[in-house]
Amino acid sequence: MNLDLTTTGDLARALLPELTLTTAGLLVLLVTAWRHTSARDLRIASWVTLAGLAAGGAAVWWLWWHTARSAGPPSMIAVDDFRFVTDALFLTAAGLTVLVSFDYLEREGLLVPEYYVLLLFATLGMMLMAGGEDLMVVFLGLELMSVSVYVLAGINRKSGAAAEAALKYFLLGAFASGFLLYGIALVYGATATTNLTQIAAQVRSLSLAQSPMLLIGLGLLLVGFGFKVAAVPFHMWAPDVYDGAPTPVTGYMATAVKAAAFAALVRVLLEGFGDVAAWRPIVWWLAVATMVVGNVIALAQRRVKRMLAYSSIAHAGYLLVAVAAGMGPGSAALLVYLLAYTLVTLAAFALLAAKGRDDEREVRIDDLAGLGHRRPWLALALAVCMLSLLGFPGTAGFIGKWYILVAATLMHQTVLAAILVLTSVVSAGYYLPVIMAMYMKPEPFDQAHAGVHIGRAAGLVVAACVVGLLVLGIRPNGLLDLARTSAIVVPAPTPAATATGR
Amino acid sequence: MYSQAVLTALLAWPVVAAAIVLLVPERWAKHVALAASLVEFAISVPLWWTFRPAAGMQFVLDLPWIPAWGIRYTVAVDGISLFMVLLTTFLVPLSVLGSYAYITTRERGFYALMLALTSGMIGVFVSLDLFLFYVMWEVMLIPMYFIIGVWGGERRLYAAIKFFIYTFFGSLLMLVAILALVSLVGHQTGVYSFSYAYLTAHLGGLGPTAFWLFGAFFLAFAIKVPLFPFHTWLPDAHVEAPTAGSVLLAGVLLKMGTYGFLRFALPLFPTVALHPAIQTGIVALSLIGIVYGGLVAMVQPDFSTGALFFLAGMLYERRHSRLIDAFGGIAKVVPLLAAALTIVSLSSIGLPATNGFVGEFLVLLGAFRTYPRAAIVAAAGVIVAAMYLLPALQRVIYNPLDKPENEKLRDLSPREIAILVPLLACIVWIGVYPAPILRRMEPAAKNLVQSVRLDAATFTATR
Repeated sequence: MNLDLTTTGDLARALLPELTLTTAGLLVLLVTAWRHTSARDLRIASWVTLAGLAAGGAAVWWLWWHTARSAGPPSMIAVDDFRFVTDALFLTAAGLTVLVSFDYLEREGLLVPEYYVLLLFATLGMMLMAGGEDLMVVFLGLELMSVSVYVLAGINRKSGAAAEAALKYFLLGAFASGFLLYGIALVYGATATTNLTQIAAQVRSLSLAQSPMLLIGLGLLLVGFGFKVAAVPFHMWAPDVYDGAPTPVTGYMATAVKAAAFAALVRVLLEGFGDVAAWRPIVWWLAVATMVVGNVIALAQRRVKRMLAYSSIAHAGYLLVAVAAGMGPGSAALLVYLLAYTLVTLAAFALLAAKGRDDEREVRIDDLAGLGHRRPWLALALAVCMLSLLGFPGTAGFIGKWYILVAATLMHQTVLAAILVLTSVVSAGYYLPVIMAMYMKPEPFDQAHAGVHIGRAAGLVVAACVVGLLVLGIRPNGLLDLARTSAIVVPAPTPAATATGR
Repeated sequence: MYSQAVLTALLAWPVVAAAIVLLVPERWAKHVALAASLVEFAISVPLWWTFRPAAGMQFVLDLPWIPAWGIRYTVAVDGISLFMVLLTTFLVPLSVLGSYAYITTRERGFYALMLALTSGMIGVFVSLDLFLFYVMWEVMLIPMYFIIGVWGGERRLYAAIKFFIYTFFGSLLMLVAILALVSLVGHQTGVYSFSYAYLTAHLGGLGPTAFWLFGAFFLAFAIKVPLFPFHTWLPDAHVEAPTAGSVLLAGVLLKMGTYGFLRFALPLFPTVALHPAIQTGIVALSLIGIVYGGLVAMVQPDFSTGALFFLAGMLYERRHSRLIDAFGGIAKVVPLLAAALTIVSLSSIGLPATNGFVGEFLVLLGAFRTYPRAAIVAAAGVIVAAMYLLPALQRVIYNPLDKPENEKLRDLSPREIAILVPLLACIVWIGVYPAPILRRMEPAAKNLVQSVRLDAATFTATR
């Protein structure tokens, strides 16, 4: 199906998932305007949200099934499989987060149905951001997402830590947005356009690859995105924010928000700046620093939530390796890894939410001692999650890591691949103690795990994620094919264009 | 039918059996596990007779797994892996039997992990696809990690994590080397494949990278063997592991390093393994001896080391002490145990008519032709082994019976005899009449040497 985005009808078709989600968001807003007090109202809101997400997913599937492509002049929104697959990922993450929040919000006394409105708008922002073919659309999507998530982080008004997290996230996030916007302005100054394909064309035809204004703009863009994906040295906010936010929100931030930032980063770099060599060494160093710092600091953590926060920084480092590998295999590896990482992280935070109270900030790794004996299924699920995070064969985490390593070695980035595996060995030093505590240490006192409770919906999410991790770990064929066909492939410039460029 | 399905059956049955063990009542777990491991052994025994020494890789099953990445499910055995598979299936029932008295908590979990470990060990020996091999190599870690960490001694947590991290470190570097190798060969030939046969057939022109790739493989296997200075995880693991864990660790897991070296590192990087300065003619002569002796040695001492760990476990179960000084003069109280301990100790220092002698003799013979000095040092090493083992033996068994606790020790129970008799029988059988084993192993060993020599020759010629 070819869509001519200059006509309104085709544009509406191309934007169908976003329009569906906007409608759903407004609908939930209306519902909550009248019903926002009791637990029952909360459930109504969550069901409407799930329906909205499902409708959005159906729209994405419809576009994907008809292999929608854009025909005609460069437009503001991409119509390609990369967008559809990332959209599906965001919608899945949001749906699973809704299910995990189902019992959590009631248990914590957070009777605020607006939670779901914010979740819908954040997801909408992600979809615009990852699908944006124009830096302005990317920025608008990013802001829509960020503002929603700032509020989500502080949605628990009774918690001081949550307020601190939200404020910190807001201040540093606003700072990052400023960098990004300034970068966009400089890139516009150098190329006179904000459209990614036109930027690439201008860079070629005007030989801008060395232009200082463009390079500074690109550098500022990288800083902005670096903040959003929590790459070292722009990671300072992440541990406190992940720690302070309500656990399902933390899971959502660590997966969907990160995935969206990475999807947008890859698209911007590959489509807009494919010919500018300067970003590759920068991303290389960011990847190395993020992997090393994230893993080493995670080693020192005693509390589970904070350990997972640093581990998510380390995973951002692995994903940056995929970005550094660039082109076809790199962006395909990114998709596979993001899916594996999303499943495992959502399950891990859902399990943590089952264990703890008061945002689970105080749950230490040693508090899990004896869980394997008392709650074998929960412990098994958490053990599978830890092994998948570690990238152990037989889990989807391994397939993701393997694909990133394949992409890196194909691009002759063997050193980067070696650093990735060495830091993975370090990560065994903090994932294994969780398994060790659960299975190899005695319960500290009788009934230590009496309070562990997982709701039916959250249990379903965990079971589905864990089964998904194991199945994809053994039989990843379908996923790999999907990722390969959905990778971002920028057509090589025609010889004529290159000739005029020179 | 048998020839295609047998290896897959050997891989799959322990996993199925592990699931069954988890479902049966706790007190039945060990009996079910024993029955399951005996079934596994029974499945593997016909391999011995149906194996045709001259035919190279056999019992092949080759199916596509992840075609997009050139990954296949390829399993097969040749003369080298055949023995490792049989050794594994032989030792597992004995280990299960040996754990009957030792393991008293969470029995279902323990026996299920033992069976899962079996599957992983078999998988390492039969994989002929580098991806499959890597997966099996890693997967095997988890059961062993739990066996040490849950049922081990006092410092089990430390030992378990050390074991895991050392091995994980080596194998991840090997993973990068595997990927780099596949992508290098893929760049040259246009086909990205993890197949062992394909890679060994298209090795030309790896150039200086081969050195680094070989180094990564070597490190992974050296940690597993373990070679100095990568050995420090082993004493911890052995001391803390339950008897069955120690037996399998010494009998099978440690052999994987040697096996991996011979199966993968040597054929994949012949030009590095054999320094090009060495003339090809000499290489051919010397290597046959070394490789061949190494192979026999690889299979053989397992019985002695395995038996030694069983006996140490039995002594521990009686006195709850592993200190040599806690015993003394026990030959009078437990004559059968003392006799078994003596035979096994003598075999492990290479006394003629035991299996230890054959292996040691072949290694020294092979080494002497090329590296006489190394051979002399190695022979001296054998004497050192005798110097520490014999006095220890004497202090445990023959000195005066001066500790009252030792006067009431039980002699071997029927269960323990059932464990030791097969082991002792194998020790003596191989010592007296090793020909059936050598006959089956010889063509594979020659083949290996031949291919290595050819590759090295081509390399030297092109230089």
